[in-house]
Amino acid sequence: MVGGRYEVAFRLYPYRKVAEQDMEPRRHRVVIVGGGPVGMAAALDLGLRGTPVLLLDDHDGPGLGSRAICFSKRTLEIADRLGCGDALLEKGVQWSVGKVFHGAERVFEFNLQPEKGHKYPAFINLQQPYFEKFLIDEVRRAQSRGAPIEIRGCNQVTGLRERSDFVELDVETPDGAYQIEADWLIACDGARSPVRDMMGLGFDGRVFEDNFLIADVRMTADFPTERWFWFEPPFKDSGQSALLHKQPDDIWRIDFQLGWDIDRKVELDPAKIRARVDAMLGEGAQYDLVWTSIYTFQCCRMEKFRHGRVLFAGDSAHQVSPFGARGANSGIQDIDNLGWKLSMVIDGLAPESLMDSYSDERVYGAEENILNSTRSTDFLTPKSEISKIFRNAVLKLAQSHEFARPLVNSGRLSVPCVYEGMPLNGPDLLNQGPRQSRVGAPCPDAPTGQGYLLNRLPAGFVILTIDADAPAQVTEAGVSASRLALSAPEDASGALADRYLGAAASGVYLIRPDQHIAARWPEFDETAMRAAIRRAVGKD
Amino acid sequence: MPLNLAPNIPDGDGFYDELLQAHQGLSKEQSEAFNARLILILCNHIGDREVIRQALRAAAG
Repeated sequence: MVGGRYEVAFRLYPYRKVAEQDMEPRRHRVVIVGGGPVGMAAALDLGLRGTPVLLLDDHDGPGLGSRAICFSKRTLEIADRLGCGDALLEKGVQWSVGKVFHGAERVFEFNLQPEKGHKYPAFINLQQPYFEKFLIDEVRRAQSRGAPIEIRGCNQVTGLRERSDFVELDVETPDGAYQIEADWLIACDGARSPVRDMMGLGFDGRVFEDNFLIADVRMTADFPTERWFWFEPPFKDSGQSALLHKQPDDIWRIDFQLGWDIDRKVELDPAKIRARVDAMLGEGAQYDLVWTSIYTFQCCRMEKFRHGRVLFAGDSAHQVSPFGARGANSGIQDIDNLGWKLSMVIDGLAPESLMDSYSDERVYGAEENILNSTRSTDFLTPKSEISKIFRNAVLKLAQSHEFARPLVNSGRLSVPCVYEGMPLNGPDLLNQGPRQSRVGAPCPDAPTGQGYLLNRLPAGFVILTIDADAPAQVTEAGVSASRLALSAPEDASGALADRYLGAAASGVYLIRPDQHIAARWPEFDETAMRAAIRRAVGKD
Repeated sequence: MPLNLAPNIPDGDGFYDELLQAHQGLSKEQSEAFNARLILILCNHIGDREVIRQALRAAAG
């Protein structure tokens, strides 16, 4: 039987038989396995670039349950590039006040005032099925405008054979099996990736395992839109930590960290869950249990994310603890990195080896996420007596001394990876240029006088000039970069100059299609620009 | 600035006495918690990661 592993929240791509099922295997440019947020973002990114994609999912819509609920600024910026950033922002919940407790004591309270001059906030809370639905809505809009994207629901990949320069797939459907071929396969099929298993590939570096009990409750009573986090919560049987935060539709997400050795069945008993939630929310709290689940995770990653013509993205390639919202967010960054590269390779504009840089750059990102996640875990669940003594000392000091508050680690919120020192990077010659826009960093957003900078970046490679001259377009080895000309005085707030010039009078940036900075100089130098473009597409 | 391992505390005996006084009456557990807080406060005051790294090495013996 195809599907049925989970219930779907929305049936958005019901099974339909296609003629291909009764034909000889047909070759596709790109096949994506898995229709979760990462697979759907991949389909949209490639489709919008005109690269034909076929997405196979073994269900017919996003799975039920809130799951990944925190979407970071970079994810929203990528979604904006894909067309659905505004919809996400409108539906999502924004919060700024957080409270940290240790046992029954309040440790401190913080208010994250967003930095001005960015289109998107640091993060929003939103149930994962909505995130997926907005992406699928955008896929439908792109299709209606001619984007070559096809989604086949209830199509389960059951077999895979690697050939010299393509992959053969066996696909099971409600009407029986058929075969297809793919020049490139993107495996976005989740933490238990069947593709990874079928290829006999390992998932290395397991450093941590735990179970989380998740309870989504609906409360209409006034309860502040704040994030509450408990170390060693005082409520009965509540585990190592607990988290309460708000989602849209009057839903509150409660996470209890239960430890490794638990009986899932006992823990999922609604009466037991209600007893925990009652203890957390206080006597007499009125709520409905909407969705509950036990989530098990580990920290690990594949050694490489590219294996011949198969690319792994999202949870199939790497997994981290949920602290810091680094799961779905890093998967979306994988696609941001992968889309333009694969599209250029397929169009013959870049060598196939460019796909190795996808693996190199995103392995680097995954390592950073695993490091952050491991550090949070060490703080949350101290592994030795002395580590617990220090942890509790930090929590105690944080009550009265500001210096200790940044040491409290209940998860460091996902920030985009800076591809520092990676092979595609060109020179960073802007003397004393701002650190946040150094080579390898994603472009910081900024006001420009005519809307936000990221909105104004043309598709493809961009030559961003600030108070500097440059041609309208530079084409090198078939790859074109178009100029966006800005002037610092256009932005009265000064943020544009702060973020892109620092002490310099002018700046010229080469920006990749994923909005990461490839090189920067004080002035335009044609020879250097051409060399940087070649390097950025792996032709150096 | 490198870590100062030369004598630097005026009235060393007085300091030593004050340090022990601070632990007076504390259980082993309370003393350990006190020490942890003291280390964190002093490290923050120093601030310089390289100096702290040298101190960690010197303490390791």
